[in-house]
Amino acid sequence: MNKWILMAGVALAAACAWGGEMSVQVREGQLRNRASFLGAVSGTVAYGDRVTVGQRQAGWFEVTGSPSGATGWLHESALTPKRIVTGSGVDDARIGASGEEVALAGKGFSKEVEAEYKKQNAKLDYVWVDRMLLFKIPEAQLVEFLQQGGLVQ
Amino acid sequence: MSGRIMKTRPWRTATAAALGLALAWALSGCETLNQLSEGITSLAVASGDLTEEQAASINRSTKAVTKTFEDITPEQEYYIGRTVAATVLLGYQALPTPKLNDYVNRVGQALAQFSLRPETFGGYRFLVLDSDEINAFAAPGGLILVTRGLLKCCDTEDELAAVLAHEIGHVEKQHGLRAIKTGRLGSALSTLAVESVKTLGGEQLAEVTKAFDESINDITGTLMNSGYSRRLEFEADGCAVDILRKAGYQPGALVSMLENMQANWVATRMDFAATHPPPGDRILQLKRRGLAASKETSAARQKRFDAMLQSL
Repeated sequence: MNKWILMAGVALAAACAWGGEMSVQVREGQLRNRASFLGAVSGTVAYGDRVTVGQRQAGWFEVTGSPSGATGWLHESALTPKRIVTGSGVDDARIGASGEEVALAGKGFSKEVEAEYKKQNAKLDYVWVDRMLLFKIPEAQLVEFLQQGGLVQ
Repeated sequence: MSGRIMKTRPWRTATAAALGLALAWALSGCETLNQLSEGITSLAVASGDLTEEQAASINRSTKAVTKTFEDITPEQEYYIGRTVAATVLLGYQALPTPKLNDYVNRVGQALAQFSLRPETFGGYRFLVLDSDEINAFAAPGGLILVTRGLLKCCDTEDELAAVLAHEIGHVEKQHGLRAIKTGRLGSALSTLAVESVKTLGGEQLAEVTKAFDESINDITGTLMNSGYSRRLEFEADGCAVDILRKAGYQPGALVSMLENMQANWVATRMDFAATHPPPGDRILQLKRRGLAASKETSAARQKRFDAMLQSL
């Protein structure tokens, strides 16, 4: 079975079982006014934000972000049933929460480990990697690009 | 005869337990595999179907399985991908042509939105490498590097889209992370699951960095030397066809691009030929799915593609 479909099923079951809450697992999630990336952006949510999950449609969840209160549709690949613990909440993670329930932000293979690895591999150069990350095309321009190419309406 | 039955029964029970475990996990959604494993094996021990030793073995195996690439969070995948891309860039120069990189990113980032995994921690990004080789590398998390030589194998934007969609397929299916050998991550990720100190101690940092180093070597060794299995390459082609179709590109462009590649194929070259199945094999697989080569595109797409070619 396709892993993402399975994960979506697990995520959906988990969301329902755990009071309809999930966490944002990408750096920034764009909320849209319909269940499609062609929909207009209605708000944003950040890594680790908790969202209340409503209806699901074709791989998208209707969510309300916390603490922002922003509402919109977010693709399921941006969500995890795990609670993502950052800085101040680490004690909660230590008390009784297993790795299956909690993800620790900034831990594991992280910026800190990358820096240590770089020290051991002096020839590695991240200049172009960092430049690549700036090649972000704004969502509206992507939609325009597709439309100009006669790809989507 | 009855003795033989008695001898094999625990393992039949273990198989049944494993099947039950898988089913229960699929249905439960929120229970962890480990908890279920422990619960089921405890019952089997209580009923005398399994010995304590057998139960412990099953539980250990279940825990080992759960410390695999699937335990890597998207944030960790992002950091793996950064270093994989940086390692690829040790052997290749980036092509510093803003217009070209901008165009390739427009095609690629638009396509990624139609994959089953449009969202990764840091997003999908594309970079052209200044090399005549025919090659491409998809680092975990969505950093995708494509050589100038591979772009020259494309006659239309649809064919370029086919190249990029194939690489997006590798990211969607996490093929890079799957290249990490079993056992690399166990101790490092287990430690991290319970240790939540703000800064890693020297010993912990060394342990995690070692696991990171080994993981990077596994992935780059696969990407640059051995290549993925044929099955994973065909799987990425399957993803590419789905993505192209959903985005509105001609899915048959993948076949026509592979035909172009076949014309330039030198089996002994240390590029795509060293790490990919021959284009003919991939074409055959795609044709079995009912796909025919297509050079069809729109005038607007061809115009912007031709403009891009000028900067190559």
